[in-house]
Amino acid sequence: MLDVERIRADFPILGLQVEGKPLVYLDNAASSQMPRQVMDRLVRYQTTQHANVNRGVHYLSETATAEYEQSRRKVQHFINAREDREVIFTSGTTDSINLVMHGYGRKFIGPGDEIILTMLEHHSNIVPWQMLAEEKGAKIRVVPINDAGELRIDEYDRLFNERTKFVGVLHVSNALGTINPIKQMIAAAHQRGVPVLIDGAQAAPHLTVDMQDLDCDFYAFSGHKLCGPTGIGVLYGKAEFLERMQPFKGGGDMILSVTFEKTVYNSIPHKFEAGTPPIAAAIGLGAAIDYLSGIGMSAIAAHEHRLLEYATGQIRDIPGLRIIGTAAHKTAVLSFEVEGVHPHDIGTLLNQEGVAVRTGHHCAQPVMLRLKVPATTRASFAFYNTMAEVDAFIASLRAVLEIFR
Amino acid sequence: MNTKSLYQEVILDHNRKPRNYGVLEKPSHQAVGHNPLCGDHLDIALDLEGGRIDRIAFKGESCAICKASASMMTTVVKGKTRADAETLIEEFRDMAMGKLDVDGPHHLGRLTVFAGVRDLPTRVKCAILPWHTLHAALNSVTVASTEAEDDPMHAAIGDA
Repeated sequence: MLDVERIRADFPILGLQVEGKPLVYLDNAASSQMPRQVMDRLVRYQTTQHANVNRGVHYLSETATAEYEQSRRKVQHFINAREDREVIFTSGTTDSINLVMHGYGRKFIGPGDEIILTMLEHHSNIVPWQMLAEEKGAKIRVVPINDAGELRIDEYDRLFNERTKFVGVLHVSNALGTINPIKQMIAAAHQRGVPVLIDGAQAAPHLTVDMQDLDCDFYAFSGHKLCGPTGIGVLYGKAEFLERMQPFKGGGDMILSVTFEKTVYNSIPHKFEAGTPPIAAAIGLGAAIDYLSGIGMSAIAAHEHRLLEYATGQIRDIPGLRIIGTAAHKTAVLSFEVEGVHPHDIGTLLNQEGVAVRTGHHCAQPVMLRLKVPATTRASFAFYNTMAEVDAFIASLRAVLEIFR
Repeated sequence: MNTKSLYQEVILDHNRKPRNYGVLEKPSHQAVGHNPLCGDHLDIALDLEGGRIDRIAFKGESCAICKASASMMTTVVKGKTRADAETLIEEFRDMAMGKLDVDGPHHLGRLTVFAGVRDLPTRVKCAILPWHTLHAALNSVTVASTEAEDDPMHAAIGDA
């Protein structure tokens, strides 16, 4: 069991009052909060260690470079990657996916080729591939879902043919919380020699993710959903893929030598880190990983699962409320609609009670369309949320809905 | 005015029992308004007879703020001249965006129950959408949107 009260003391923002009420922060799938340990690390870096990386021979530059690379190794161990050079720092999940689209897709996907995505994808794992498909004359095929919001794996297997060149799947649905059977999906793609990108934005903060166990070819996630700073994300890629890929951005740091006749690219991961990287944010992400590892991802997952089960049980009793996304395997995401009440009204009025939830289409319009809901209200939990907060949320929700009865 | 009282006044009446809700047969002017950020949409149809709004109706899917705004709008502009309606559109928009002094001179009357939305930046567009759609209909533009160049927050509302 987690000592949640002790954990909460690490998060200054959780003590905030909103509209005169204690903040109940249930928008963790959009962005998580930052513990003081990470803030302190950022201050220590800026106060005593900052300079540009991979450049100077002076003390600060060497220190900053060492800390930046140390952070890369922390990420490596956190996701159990084989080598640290398989970890590329990006600005976030979206940037990571775009890197794969430009670096791998534009080189290896051509006219008539097919890319398999799923109905659950976030727009960030749809739009880049549409751009590529349009540019190359490639085709996107979509794995359907059932009414519970689970992927139809039988249909997935049927989508493959000799033109299939790539698979993109999210590990956990941001809109519904569905945990997809990605290990099985990766193995199925590999049997046909097709590489797989996993969008792990909603998984890395909540589950143990193991690159060697999953055997995915790419895995993308963001720092700010992982108690780290904004502006930092990770692309894991198998070295053999990264080596063969085109650089995405050109500039300093990603080169070995430059003349106007010919430029020789640097080795991985630097080939993909053009320009001055978000050094402080990367070091902050390392501190966030230390913090989460200190608690333990399995303890986090267990606590969040208890929150989900409790909240699901409580919310089911509310008349006219329908949970959207009832997969057998879920992270602590509770998306719902209430008959006759628009999610935006619920969100605005919950805010009056100090409760922060997300309302809308969650940047996943295809899944909303499929489940025939224009928008939902989404409560998403983190390890620092408490059962008492679930109670406060449910009581506030009941009070809000009372206004509409 | 706090959010709850804004909601209670508006919702208890117009959200539950929207006025002029439905479809007009053969209207002289009509437009559909979209808020792509939340998927809300609204159809407004009206008859302009001798320069006055003779009949008006709306239909659509939206939040309570938008629906109540549309409902009250139809009751207020019915019988008004096009010019008077445009004045109300401009004043309502300014009020929702906090640019209009509600205690100063204006023609909004009981529409001032919506003044509170100026404190809810993410909801301002919900309140304005019906008015922007009405403006589009009066000007024979068939589609209005809260985004891009059609954004009522930025689009100039001129004379008809």
